[in-house]
Amino acid sequence: MSTTIPADPTPKFADYADGSRLASTEWVAEHAGQPGLVIVESDEDVLLYETGHIPGAVKVDWHTELNDPVTRDYLDGEGFAKLLSAKGISREDTIVFYGDKSNWWAAYALWVFSLFGHEDVRLMDGGRAKWQEEGRELTTEKPTLEPSEYPVIDRDDSRIRAFLPEVRDTLGDLPLIDVRSPEEYSGERTHMPAYPEEGALRGGHIPGAQSVPWAKAANEDGTFRTADELREIYTDQAGLGTSDEVIAYCRIGERSSHTWFVLQHLLGYDNVRNYDGSWTEWGNAVRVPIATGSEAGEVPGR
Amino acid sequence: MTAETDPIAPETTDLPASLAEIVTDFAETDAGDRLQLLLEFSSELPDVPERYADHPELLEAVPECQSPIFLVTEVDNAEVGEEATVHLHFSAPPEAPTTRGFAGILHEGLDGQTAGTVLAIPADLPLRLSMTEIVSPLRLRGMSGMLARIQRQVAERIGKITAN
Repeated sequence: MSTTIPADPTPKFADYADGSRLASTEWVAEHAGQPGLVIVESDEDVLLYETGHIPGAVKVDWHTELNDPVTRDYLDGEGFAKLLSAKGISREDTIVFYGDKSNWWAAYALWVFSLFGHEDVRLMDGGRAKWQEEGRELTTEKPTLEPSEYPVIDRDDSRIRAFLPEVRDTLGDLPLIDVRSPEEYSGERTHMPAYPEEGALRGGHIPGAQSVPWAKAANEDGTFRTADELREIYTDQAGLGTSDEVIAYCRIGERSSHTWFVLQHLLGYDNVRNYDGSWTEWGNAVRVPIATGSEAGEVPGR
Repeated sequence: MTAETDPIAPETTDLPASLAEIVTDFAETDAGDRLQLLLEFSSELPDVPERYADHPELLEAVPECQSPIFLVTEVDNAEVGEEATVHLHFSAPPEAPTTRGFAGILHEGLDGQTAGTVLAIPADLPLRLSMTEIVSPLRLRGMSGMLARIQRQVAERIGKITAN
């Protein structure tokens, strides 16, 4: 990454394929406020930022700001340029994302920003919970935003985003990782335990998908596991080996953004895509095969 | 994508005055300030009384909400049926302010009302709060889940339906 903001030199990060994609809470505390560095909070709870956030942090809400209000899709280039200009973010800025729920939504926002090719995007290891746990400063004072002139960049869905037809047409050829809970994978339930039913007609998984719940990549405190541990989980146990293409999915694409980040940036797989339509699309689509039970299942002949 | 103030005032004639006032307050607040108003409801949500704080098993979970919340209803003089007075108690952690805000609205709007009034609250109440665009329909579903559970508990307590 070409940037004027140096990477966090935390030794743990040096073992990852691209450790410069992570920032520790200490590093953020030290560097927040530096010109060219923007801290973005992205949460599941739409009010959490308002109760207190890292001083100077800007809020970006996935539901209400990154989605197109009508089509089930993300903003287009103009919408993104308008949003980022209003948030005072420039194309050259380094952005460090953090959020609640072990950074699911922060990883999701980071992934959407990557669709627009925003180059220097990083995650704060451990997210909001770790920052709070360490007793670091939170403020309810909203930063004064100086509108910027973010250029209109076309969204590129070809590199890191997968759509249903591609997943369907490559069944059995491309490794698929299902990052949902074991109960969602087997089909016992269609939503996360203790989460709202979001409407899928059938329970189960995409035939041939390996089950690797997202949380396997995280320690108790929400930080990422070490490079060796991650290699053990994905490269060895899930059998990704030296695959040059991987697709991850979950229910609406947020938990799989977390896994996408791990595979793409921490383990350095070259061609990782997030299938954001995920189970709420696949589980409802007509004439799309599914598998139930705890085994990956047979891929039907095409 | 900031929401415009709703040009059409939401329906309030079938709501008790307490809830009608909240619905009107949200509609008349600038879209940009509605989250702040929701945050006030979140901060004003009373703690559960000690008799429940020590007995979380007496509270019912609301899995429709994205964050953990538990609720319990109480009815004074259940034998008077729909005239009985309803009390509501909620327990939700500070890291779930949106859920607490929804609970705060229901508490302010429904605590102390009669069972008949609570049971007559229309199911589309959450959609009348002018928050669909700033909060998202998915998140608002949690409030529908709370309302449905409150109404079911109250119906059980006045003997209108039988608990299984």
